[in-house]
Amino acid sequence: MATEITSDVVTSALPASAEENEVRRNAFQRLLRDPQAVITGSIILVFIVLGLLANVIPAHGPNEVVLSATNAPPGTEGYPLGADATGRDILSRLLHSINTAMVAGIIGAGIALIIGMTLGLIGGYFDRFRTPVEWGATIIQTFPGLLLLIVLMPLTGGDYRWTMAIFGVLLTPGIYRIVRNQTVGVSRELYVDAARVSGVTDFRILGRHILSVVRGPVIVATTFLFGSAIGTQAGLAFLGVGSKEIPSFGSMISDGFRNLYIAPSQYIWPAVALGVLNGAFVLFGNALRDTFEGARPKAEKIEATAVVEGFAADDVADSGQLVQVRDLGIAYRSPGGHLNEVVRGVDLEIRMGETLGLVGESGSGKTQTAFGVLGVLPAEAIVTRGSVRLEGRELLGMSQADLNRLRGSSIAYIPQEPMANLDPVYTVGRQLVEGIMASTQVSKAAAKERALELLGRVGIPDPARTFGAYPHEISGGMAQRVLIAGAIAPKPKLLIADEPTTALDVTVQADILDLLRDLQAEMGMGIILVTHNFGVVADICDRLAVMQQGEIVESGTTVEVFANPQHSYTKMLLNSILDEETIRTDPPMAAAGAREGAR
Amino acid sequence: MLLFTLRRVLFGIVLFVIVSFTTMWLLSFSFDSIIGSKLGAAANVDSIAAMKADLGLDRPVPVLYVEWLNNLVHGDLGSSFFTGQPVIEALPSRLAVTLSIVGPALIISAIVAIVLGTLAATRGGAVDKAAQGLMLTGYLIPNLLIAIVLVVVFAVNLQWLPATGYTPLSEDPGKWLQSITLPVIAMAFGGAANMANQVRGTMIDELRKDYIRTLRTRGVPMRAIIIRHALRNAAGPALTVFGLTFITLFGAALFIEQVFALPGFGTYSFNVALQGDFPVLMGLTAWGVGLTIGVNLLIDVANGWLNPKARQY
Amino acid sequence: MNTPLLEAKGLKVAYPVKGFRKPPVEIVHGVDFTIRRGETLGIVGESGSGKTTIGRAILGLAPISGGTLTYDGHDLASMNAQQRRKLSREIQVVFQDPYSSLNPSLTIGATLAEPLIVQGWDKAKATRRVLDLLDRVGLPKNAAQRLPREFSGGQRQRVAIARALAPGPRLIVCDEPVSALDLSTQATVMDLFIEIQRETGVAYLFVSHDLAVVRHISHRVGVVYAGDIVEQGRTGDVTVTPQHPYTQRLLLAAPIADPGLQAQRRTERRELRAAQEHLSATEASSASRPDAA
Repeated sequence: MATEITSDVVTSALPASAEENEVRRNAFQRLLRDPQAVITGSIILVFIVLGLLANVIPAHGPNEVVLSATNAPPGTEGYPLGADATGRDILSRLLHSINTAMVAGIIGAGIALIIGMTLGLIGGYFDRFRTPVEWGATIIQTFPGLLLLIVLMPLTGGDYRWTMAIFGVLLTPGIYRIVRNQTVGVSRELYVDAARVSGVTDFRILGRHILSVVRGPVIVATTFLFGSAIGTQAGLAFLGVGSKEIPSFGSMISDGFRNLYIAPSQYIWPAVALGVLNGAFVLFGNALRDTFEGARPKAEKIEATAVVEGFAADDVADSGQLVQVRDLGIAYRSPGGHLNEVVRGVDLEIRMGETLGLVGESGSGKTQTAFGVLGVLPAEAIVTRGSVRLEGRELLGMSQADLNRLRGSSIAYIPQEPMANLDPVYTVGRQLVEGIMASTQVSKAAAKERALELLGRVGIPDPARTFGAYPHEISGGMAQRVLIAGAIAPKPKLLIADEPTTALDVTVQADILDLLRDLQAEMGMGIILVTHNFGVVADICDRLAVMQQGEIVESGTTVEVFANPQHSYTKMLLNSILDEETIRTDPPMAAAGAREGAR
Repeated sequence: MLLFTLRRVLFGIVLFVIVSFTTMWLLSFSFDSIIGSKLGAAANVDSIAAMKADLGLDRPVPVLYVEWLNNLVHGDLGSSFFTGQPVIEALPSRLAVTLSIVGPALIISAIVAIVLGTLAATRGGAVDKAAQGLMLTGYLIPNLLIAIVLVVVFAVNLQWLPATGYTPLSEDPGKWLQSITLPVIAMAFGGAANMANQVRGTMIDELRKDYIRTLRTRGVPMRAIIIRHALRNAAGPALTVFGLTFITLFGAALFIEQVFALPGFGTYSFNVALQGDFPVLMGLTAWGVGLTIGVNLLIDVANGWLNPKARQY
Repeated sequence: MNTPLLEAKGLKVAYPVKGFRKPPVEIVHGVDFTIRRGETLGIVGESGSGKTTIGRAILGLAPISGGTLTYDGHDLASMNAQQRRKLSREIQVVFQDPYSSLNPSLTIGATLAEPLIVQGWDKAKATRRVLDLLDRVGLPKNAAQRLPREFSGGQRQRVAIARALAPGPRLIVCDEPVSALDLSTQATVMDLFIEIQRETGVAYLFVSHDLAVVRHISHRVGVVYAGDIVEQGRTGDVTVTPQHPYTQRLLLAAPIADPGLQAQRRTERRELRAAQEHLSATEASSASRPDAA
């Protein structure tokens, strides 16, 4: 056993780096550093202040009609923005419209927030309320939104506050869905289970563990709804729903629009104000989202792995090996822009008919190395140095088309999670046929025949049935056999298996390892097997290479390394294995004094 | 699959009943004021009560509703309080106007969204930035404002297209096309932005999935992977947004019709609502709810067809 | 003193199924087991066997649909939420995934103090206890002010153990607590479990898919297959000379980290499989004969 390494393992990851401090800064501080949030937030603030000063700045009331001022141009004494067709001060109406818009937003978004949040928390957390609450949300969503607001005019009398209250109810499903999904997600987290086990009440769990997660997305959504409520109120006022006495962007646009030929500028003021305010809310919401939920995923073009600028494959003599990896380096760009190498100068060699185990703990770079050889690294990865040769041909820097040809014929891959590696919408058979046709240019019928034959070869009892099944209809072990069938279809020379049995039960694992062994004996391919399990290595690998922090620290034949490990890391790993002989033998201790001991 | 569809249809009918009943119940609070406005100057407590009894509106709402539903099943939605015109005749021509701008707007938005969203998600870099900028613009500007700008620029200033009015397709296809061009563009702007953003997001998620990598290792060309696999898997979520966008556009059409003075559903319902014409309002509700449910039903069924897992339920 | 700490008799667990008038799905079909004070009962099984569900039933996180589950004389199956909450200081849990089992937005100190505060401890006392606990599981005192993301998987699992120990429980349900850890970390965390048991006399129900792990920590072992315990007994007996065909298969399927021994085990496994297939084939043919009954 390896008790002695306890202390240094525990303390090694503790020192907080500058980057972690950065993360810990709270959301509000981060928001203040985001120019988009600051600018749009300020615009909203300015609007609010202007609205509050609506009775102070202009010289006239919003409904004060002065006939002599009819259609006064901007700049007229007392009418800085002019007056409308009935002689009312445009500036005054504009500022009062801000208040109308804000009240509309507060009522609409507020009601949606309160009802949606409550329903979402209840429906998401308590299983027994989920179905009725879901029904309620579906019913609300079925009301024909704006049409309902108009149909219900006899009820609301067109008062915009009532209309917005109904609109708020109509918006609740949006908030509800967000809160419910987040709540369901969090309630499945084990820390919520742990809190329940500790006797924490449901109410406290909702307040302490769930609300803190739900908060961010809800604030973001409410900001968008605020904008949406303002827009809708303006739209309804434009149609003429509501009192003519209440100044609103919508009614001002409508008035100005009718007056288009006489005073073309009148509709521009309210339209610009509405556009700017609405835009400010949307952009502010976007900035909030980036702050609370992190930047959204960036789109990346998927293509052959990028190589570092000025990259030239190492000029190595062809050693006659099937695969020869020399000094391979793979890096990712840090937020600061410099390259962090996760694979640092790896050398590997594989002969035909040989199985190489690539062993290491999480984060050792073993999977990255395998993807590097396959040429399917994530788009963000960059190859910094080295050379990967398959039968003497350099793979690094090869074009996507050439790589595709090679993958279809010489290199194949078996993944870790069988279910995630089948496309859920196509039958197993269709996916196999697609792969076969991509690599061998045979007819569809021939490809189907080959697929059935392969399914039989990998030990699937009823190939025809599995051929027609969708991935969700077969077990994990069967799915892995299907993926193996797909991989061996072109009779590859090199098979790269990335933890092919980790997601499977041990009894299934044993069968899959047997299958791989048989297939290798039959087809003579070289296999790179990435794994963390020394049992698997002992079972199937001829040679192994141990990786630690991106480097290979030891390699040799399996028998040799197991019997006589050289590197201290290998020794430590082998020592950590729970061997067959260690059986717990000490008796359970007497229960007396157990509680005292625990205190 | 048949059972799945049947269950969805049944669910839709239940929803229709609940929603239309609720609307009638809400409207029942304003029966007095509706009749008051119908009677005009002659309105007083007695005459309102008499009229109410006359029209049968003094009965409890559930009784009224069952009667309304029964008539609906027999193709009768009652007649307008004010014009006496049967409701069932008044609506289709107006609905046709609305749908003739909503339909094309939806199709154009969908095409633009799929192309723009896919391009942004698969090209990355500058293409992605440009596409995102476009989407943001679509979000930022309320389509009411877009409509007004279009009228001012293309109809008033340049005089390329008519600012107002509607020509039915059956009368003159060319003029019909002219009359719907601006409204459709105004509506498609926001719709496309909304859907494109969704398509982009789903495509990015999809392209990061493990099975994409496995397909690449089998030598399947990237183009085929994007079209046959990523886009096909992204279609489900996109379809849901498609349905929501239809309903949003249907709502937006109410404003847009007003700007372009189109004799559609929105303009009509606004006038009817001002009068409080109860039978017509219920007819409008029936159509509105029916359309919403119908579209959702189609989306559900299409989703079941697209996603083999969903068919089980 | 000889009464077991926990006793299950015919314990069944069934989850309701969404949909109208659909019968619930039974995951655990009536299992019997006991856990004595200070003892570790290992539960080993494959995915979907119901081993985790047994642990969740003890914790009150899965619905018990039949049988009895007696803890120290109290029937857990018939308890309401409030009575259960009182028992929370007695029965605790350590979960598999060290990432999802700690709230990412709470500091380690807040996470550890929560079970104490709901038990009515005052703040100063709880803080002292948290520092003791951190020390006990081998974490530095300043860990209390840090967030989970600053810790590695093994360190987080130590925090989860500290949380379980906080109220001074007599039984801890350990649901695959070392499965997500790297090999080297796994060994040290296992040692911590054993050390704590020796010191405090706490009993463990230790659920795992890994026979080697269970063998290392358990006094007794139960093997779960498709919702039933097919074999249970002393660790040495069950894991070295298993009687049930499934346990035999399970034992021989796990590869040994030694090329020579593994080659030997592979041969044994193939022989066993051939023998079992032969046996079931003859059983099937004899069962199909009308006179066999």
